[in-house]
Amino acid sequence: MIVIIDYNVGNLKSVQGAFSRIGLETVVTRDHALINKAQAIVLPGVGTFPVAMENLKKYDLIDILTQRKEAGIPILGICLGMQILFDKGYEIKETKGLGFIPGNVNYMDIDEKVPHMGWNQLHFQQDHPILKNIHENDDVYFVHSYMATCPDENLVAYSDYGDTKVTALVQNKNVIGCQFHPEKSGTVGRGILLAFKEMISC
Amino acid sequence: MLTKRIIPCLDIKDGKVVKGVNFVGLKDVGDPIELAKRYDIQCADEVVFLDITASYENRDIIKDLIERAASQLTIPLAVGGGIRSLDDFRMILASGADKVSVNSAAIANPQLIKDASDEFGVQCVVIAIDAKKREDQSGWDVYVKGGRENTGLDLIEWVMQCEKLGAGEVLLTSMDADGTKAGYDIDMLNAVCQAVDIPVIASGGCGSIQDIIDVFEKTDVDAALVASLFHFNEATVEDVREECRKHNINVRRAFS
Repeated sequence: MIVIIDYNVGNLKSVQGAFSRIGLETVVTRDHALINKAQAIVLPGVGTFPVAMENLKKYDLIDILTQRKEAGIPILGICLGMQILFDKGYEIKETKGLGFIPGNVNYMDIDEKVPHMGWNQLHFQQDHPILKNIHENDDVYFVHSYMATCPDENLVAYSDYGDTKVTALVQNKNVIGCQFHPEKSGTVGRGILLAFKEMISC
Repeated sequence: MLTKRIIPCLDIKDGKVVKGVNFVGLKDVGDPIELAKRYDIQCADEVVFLDITASYENRDIIKDLIERAASQLTIPLAVGGGIRSLDDFRMILASGADKVSVNSAAIANPQLIKDASDEFGVQCVVIAIDAKKREDQSGWDVYVKGGRENTGLDLIEWVMQCEKLGAGEVLLTSMDADGTKAGYDIDMLNAVCQAVDIPVIASGGCGSIQDIIDVFEKTDVDAALVASLFHFNEATVEDVREECRKHNINVRRAFS
């Protein structure tokens, strides 16, 4: 069973729909017993970093997510759900993240239009099973104004936006994060979710 | 590099697509989901549902529609029309839309833009603006109520205020160009692109693939909204993309 964490940060239906289209049934929940039984955990999210962390705290989810991460359960963070995997975020105010991947999330203070909104090409930084079904230069859908920076060893893929290298796909052992929306990225996004399905072998 | 977006727009009334649809081979031509799925398969970059239902009681219909669309589409969905309050934003986003476009309610209460972007993030707040050139040619005025009422607001001042309040994107319709099929309003789009740093979607006036090429070559807009050209099967999204590539306009590649 795959659990999509429900912590009131919107738009879980499209994530659930995308998994359903590749034959993976998911449960949207914040129930600890179900989370403990899950073979993989998806952390979606649209909204702001501090609200996301407050909600995780409010629903008492931080410890259990950390335990599951330590137990080696695959975790996939999407968009804001990816950003809160990092150590700290600076949206509105400095906020401590989950700390599953080293790095911080800052405003995209760049010479281009912000939000970074639309389809952009992925460039691969390192080999990773999540890339199995897709190719260099495939387009995925982004929409964000804050961006993660992390060590190169955690960076799987990035996109170029003006002179900025936008952190797109990150990993740390059993934890994977997508800044873009695989559930909104057509066949390429489907390929990424299929690779995740294979990685969790079900 | 960020690609230019091609966005089909569906006008929806009481849960059905209205005006200007002439698709062959669809089970139910009036069904927005069927049409949106067709555009999804053609690799449109997003889809816009514009709810033109007048009465408030039909909110359940649009809610159900968004839920069905969100579970089936593999591309982003923006929904606009009749948005009055933060509760409307909440309902539409919770139903599965990715963005909400707000028009006259933001003019009546600009604080709505700030409240919505604070609560849901700037990325889902699209400000829709209908504008028309002033008779003395000195600039453009912002209109509401389907273009019947001049608010007296200056387009450039309003769009800059929207950006400051937290709008994440502008959907700009030229009332002078809308319905003419004579091409997008290049002057107006250029003026707005120069004034703000958020993405701009061009709307109104598209009558041919060449109009889309023109708007991408002559302005800095990020996306082109297209209705009848697609609805009447005059071109597919892929046709447009193909022509864009010939002109070295960076567009999404269809498949992995």
